[in-house]
Amino acid sequence: MAIFRRRKGASGRRPQSDEKKETLTKESEEKSDSKLNSQRSSPPAAAARRKRNCVDRCCWFVGCICSMWWFLLFLFNAMPQYVTEAITGPLPDPPGLKLAKDGLQAKHPVVFVPGIVTGGLELWDGHSCAEGLFRNRLWGGTFGEVYRRPLCWVEHMSLDNETGLDPPGIKIRPVSGLVAADYFTPGYFVWALLIANLARIGYEDKNMFMAAYDWRLSFQNTEVRDQTLSRMKKNIELLVTVNGGKKVVVVPHSMGALYFLHFMKWVEAPAPMGGGGGPNWCAKHIKAVMNIGGPFLGLPRVVSGLFSAEAKDIAVARAVAPNILDKDVFGFQTLQHVLRMTRTWDSTMSMLLKGGDTIWGGIDWSPEEGHICSPKKNGYDQTTGDNKTLNLTTYSRTKYGRLISFGKEVADLHSSEIESADFRGAIKGNNLANTTCRDVWTEYHDMGIDGIKAVADYKVYTANSMLDLLYFVAPKMMKRGGAQFSYGIADDLSDKKYDHYKYWSNPLETKLPDAPDMEIFSMYGVGIPTERAYIYKLSPSSECTIPFQIDTSADGGSKCHCLKGGVYSIDGDETVPVLSAGFMFAKGWRGKTRFNPSGIHTFIREYNHAPPANLLQGRGTQSGAHVDILGNFALIEDIIRIAAGATGEDIGGDRVHSNIFTWSDRIKLEL
Amino acid sequence: MAAILRFRKLCFLEPSPSSCNNINPKVEKKNDCKNCSCEENGTRKKREWRCIDSCCWIIGLLCTTWWLLLFLHHCMPPNFPGAEPPGARLRRQGVSAHHPVVLVPGIVTGGLELWEGRPCSDGLFRQRLWAGSFAHIFKRPMCWLEHMSLDNETGLDPAGIRVRPVSGLVAADYFTPGYFVWANLIENLARIGYEEKNMYMAAYDWRLSFHNTQLRDQSLSRLKSKIELMYVTNGYKKVVVVPHSMGANYFLHFIKWVEGGGGGGGGGGRGWCAKHIKSVMNIGPVFLGVPKVVSSILSAESKEVAFLRSMAPGLLDSEIFRVEALEHVMRVSRTWDSLVSLLPKGGEAVWGNLDWAPEEDHVCDSVMRKYEQQLNDTRGFQVKESTKYGRIVSFSKTALESEVSLSKSHGSCGKVRTEYDEVSQETIWKLSQGGAFTADTLLDLLRSVAPKMMKRAEAHFSHGIADDLSDPKYDHYKYWSNPLETKLPEAPDMEIYCLYGVGIPTERSYVYKLSPPGRCRSIPLQIDSSADGSPNGCLRGGVNFVDGDESVPVLSAGFMCAKGWKGKTRFNPSGSATYIREFKHKAPANLLEGRGLESGAHVDIMGNVALIEDVLRVAAGASAVELGGDRIYSDIIKLSEKINIHL
Repeated sequence: MAIFRRRKGASGRRPQSDEKKETLTKESEEKSDSKLNSQRSSPPAAAARRKRNCVDRCCWFVGCICSMWWFLLFLFNAMPQYVTEAITGPLPDPPGLKLAKDGLQAKHPVVFVPGIVTGGLELWDGHSCAEGLFRNRLWGGTFGEVYRRPLCWVEHMSLDNETGLDPPGIKIRPVSGLVAADYFTPGYFVWALLIANLARIGYEDKNMFMAAYDWRLSFQNTEVRDQTLSRMKKNIELLVTVNGGKKVVVVPHSMGALYFLHFMKWVEAPAPMGGGGGPNWCAKHIKAVMNIGGPFLGLPRVVSGLFSAEAKDIAVARAVAPNILDKDVFGFQTLQHVLRMTRTWDSTMSMLLKGGDTIWGGIDWSPEEGHICSPKKNGYDQTTGDNKTLNLTTYSRTKYGRLISFGKEVADLHSSEIESADFRGAIKGNNLANTTCRDVWTEYHDMGIDGIKAVADYKVYTANSMLDLLYFVAPKMMKRGGAQFSYGIADDLSDKKYDHYKYWSNPLETKLPDAPDMEIFSMYGVGIPTERAYIYKLSPSSECTIPFQIDTSADGGSKCHCLKGGVYSIDGDETVPVLSAGFMFAKGWRGKTRFNPSGIHTFIREYNHAPPANLLQGRGTQSGAHVDILGNFALIEDIIRIAAGATGEDIGGDRVHSNIFTWSDRIKLEL
Repeated sequence: MAAILRFRKLCFLEPSPSSCNNINPKVEKKNDCKNCSCEENGTRKKREWRCIDSCCWIIGLLCTTWWLLLFLHHCMPPNFPGAEPPGARLRRQGVSAHHPVVLVPGIVTGGLELWEGRPCSDGLFRQRLWAGSFAHIFKRPMCWLEHMSLDNETGLDPAGIRVRPVSGLVAADYFTPGYFVWANLIENLARIGYEEKNMYMAAYDWRLSFHNTQLRDQSLSRLKSKIELMYVTNGYKKVVVVPHSMGANYFLHFIKWVEGGGGGGGGGGRGWCAKHIKSVMNIGPVFLGVPKVVSSILSAESKEVAFLRSMAPGLLDSEIFRVEALEHVMRVSRTWDSLVSLLPKGGEAVWGNLDWAPEEDHVCDSVMRKYEQQLNDTRGFQVKESTKYGRIVSFSKTALESEVSLSKSHGSCGKVRTEYDEVSQETIWKLSQGGAFTADTLLDLLRSVAPKMMKRAEAHFSHGIADDLSDPKYDHYKYWSNPLETKLPEAPDMEIYCLYGVGIPTERSYVYKLSPPGRCRSIPLQIDSSADGSPNGCLRGGVNFVDGDESVPVLSAGFMCAKGWKGKTRFNPSGSATYIREFKHKAPANLLEGRGLESGAHVDIMGNVALIEDVLRVAAGASAVELGGDRIYSDIIKLSEKINIHL
């Protein structure tokens, strides 16, 4: 902020102050008076006087603004706590303080696993355009470089298109330590509140560990390049040793949940591909895994993100700087640059939808059908169930299974009425004559008009055909990603092929470790409309655009509140739909199943979203939003209690607000 | 910060009548003319252009010039052509990362942050109390002092306060913004391919005794685990350890700890060091202690006991803490056990006795040196009167005569209680009659003036010379950081380097006097800054200087490498190779060079190009022979020969 003002001031005022300097020097030559007086006393020429008056005005103006600014800053800093309290009423004790009064003390070491985009990345080696940025944050922090040298920034943030690793000559590495993800940008907390509350009951650096990793890489590549998994293993072992043999409580957030799933398989797998920790490693070292907003079965928004870079915040880039994407900072090609950059990040592909039509629904069916989106109702009340049955007749059933439909009409038609032409065999032409956009590489340029038309003609895509679509429009990316991740459902988990690392982060293709005493929690917010399916259209054929875009004109109107701006929404935490976060815990892993052979206890803890009452509350203490939930007092209290030694039953077992159990029942999955 | 200060200054200046009155007549004069022009324009509020306006005007002017300068500063190319960093040069020569590197920071350079505190420290959670901007010294000095102190009895945290070391490379890359410590070395290592996976900063709480860092934070266990991890993940390549200053003692402690079995040890077993460590490159090591710690414990007066003085030169002498700044510093620093680890070790055998010292022939002044050479030429048999460096603390004659005034009221306004309040005046007077103290008797002196501190800390450190190293008592951890009371591990392939600067006068011994009475001071001793001039020009302001790196005398940094561990000795039974690399101090030629590329000063040496190159080459796999073996400018070999200890 301050830098901004400074720069504006400097560049804006520069010519004038140059003039002023000239006048100053002239006058100081004429007079031996002090500079001030020479300014104030009358110079001979009237023209010079007028000029000087203007300069004076400028100085006066700048001075006024600065002093006002300082004054306000001073007031703001001097404003004591009780002013806020007088307005908002007494603040509740932070949970850490409350529990410390209850006598809780640090017991189990805590490991944080940050999710995608929240971890900081810093530069270790770069091209000449990035000079002077050594060990500065390129991601996280102030994002100053996005504005100052955007193209350089994009170049450094991208990975190699073929290998998914560093491009030659560039080294971007994750920041390590708690600072890696305590604040995303100054003032925007991620883990900071949780850390502060844990510290109140006695946690510190020696029994807390932030497992920072480069979230752009595929999970296995973090080990290949940085040995991140090995470091995590060693650090957990160290934590257990120095804290008297007490097992760790792991707290992954968002994609971190998948990362940790991958870790648990990796650590017990034999040495060359895995960590060689032996079959009991998890049982020996882990007390509980408390996933916060874990997208276990993937995110629909990632689909639209990869398809057209349009999901609301696939890279939070939009949220962080809402303007840069819409304005023409990069010329006309902002979205293309973002698309190109995000498509080099393998990790996004770990969150593509998993389980196919079985989980996410087919053309005419989906587990969530019958869900009612009411704009007025933010949370749940007792009458939800009644409302649903009453209104079923009046509301048309949203067909969530159709993840992408071209045109609003298609989205509502019955399957038999849709005429679709298969795109899979379509010939890609090279007849798009826009060579001017070649500097921005997206794979759409290899598709040609025929390919694009073929995609649009297929009309409706479900979770299964979705994958084929992505293979069609982005073959290189999917080839790279396909070697790292898998999205299916295993028929026979004892098959040898499931020893390969690409299956380790898919909960439907791996078994949980043999650790009957371990507990797994899924903690997520509910009560916020969350993207679930999209209506697309072909872009108006201008020169250098991505050929598809969300049809923002599609709106459900009063009949269907779930469709807004071309997006069908469902219950969730704004990013992760309930189904993705909760299904494995409600059904897939509940009890002894083939995915959970040792019967690890699973718990669902849902947090109903309540928006902050006023601005002074910041991001709220009862938020259920994907990142803001890390400041939710109830969630913090749960984590502290578990870390201090409680079990899942002690904190109340399941706590469910949504229809997750009903929906899970509708999914027919062999267990 | 600077902007705010400037702003405040302005606020104070502006309302003062003088400035406004001075301006007013002229303004009015000008207003006459202005009115003419304004009447033409038809406006009529020129009367209000008065004090406030000129205020705003000045602020505006200052701001714009400030921004302009800042802007220009940012536009300036960051690197001046010609000074290619050593890392870039070595990379062109094909040198690349090979061995993992462990950095061990020294005293005071590591950051400390707050994890739990008293109400006065509200809002400082996880903020740096030590290093960084030090803003809180100014904002809430008493609170800051309270939190930086340790418990007087245990040497651990006081109840309700948890101050912990910052971890990661940020712990000690910069001490304050712009004042690099490790940053230069890190950057150059990065240029040949180092990153966080093969570089580790072993940050620890430098206020604690070494054993307590393990007790409270498990710092030694973490270091062990990190070294093992880097060894494995980097393809079983041994690590190169780079300790600085007190870090050298800390790492010595670590090597003993890690191999020590069961009881206070790390259980790494014999051969752990041989397996994991390629070389230890001590930068400015304080193996045998530094004399300046003596003065800092005695009277909190050494030049930079905690950088405090150099950081804020006015702070100690000004009235910010009223008159008791030094007392506060003394009270806080006496709770830091680690200071005791830096007291001179080896006693009179190493540091000299009342009439003898290894450095006695040292001549400080270059003019003096020539003169003396002439003298020697003409009358070679002349008996020189050499400086008696062995008397680390001596009391000046004038002080001895001031007994009358001493018994007068003293410490009447001692709001800050230092341990001196518990020591009777007579004791101090008697002590001062003792005349001079050598490295041996010095410890008795300290025990009598700082009984609690010495009692606490001597359970953790020892300062003698072992007669028989196989004595089982030497398995106790308090001997582990004293190179004269431990054996190096059995690691014949391990290399030990002593890299340090020479050519800067370094404090070696002090002339003390009793504080002038009557003033409100509770520290009864102070350096007699009037003592000046000695035959060889080494006594200045009550301090005798020898060659060194401004903090550590050559003797302390180099003796072990030059003699104590050289070849197979009883301190080095397996004959690990030792090398001395000295770096001659050359002050920066101009301001643009900052702290100099060839500096030999204790901390600035971390930016010395030659030293960085040495570290980089060794990290990339070179052996000492390829570097060129020993590189000596000082008299360290001669000095060491004069010291007779059984090897």
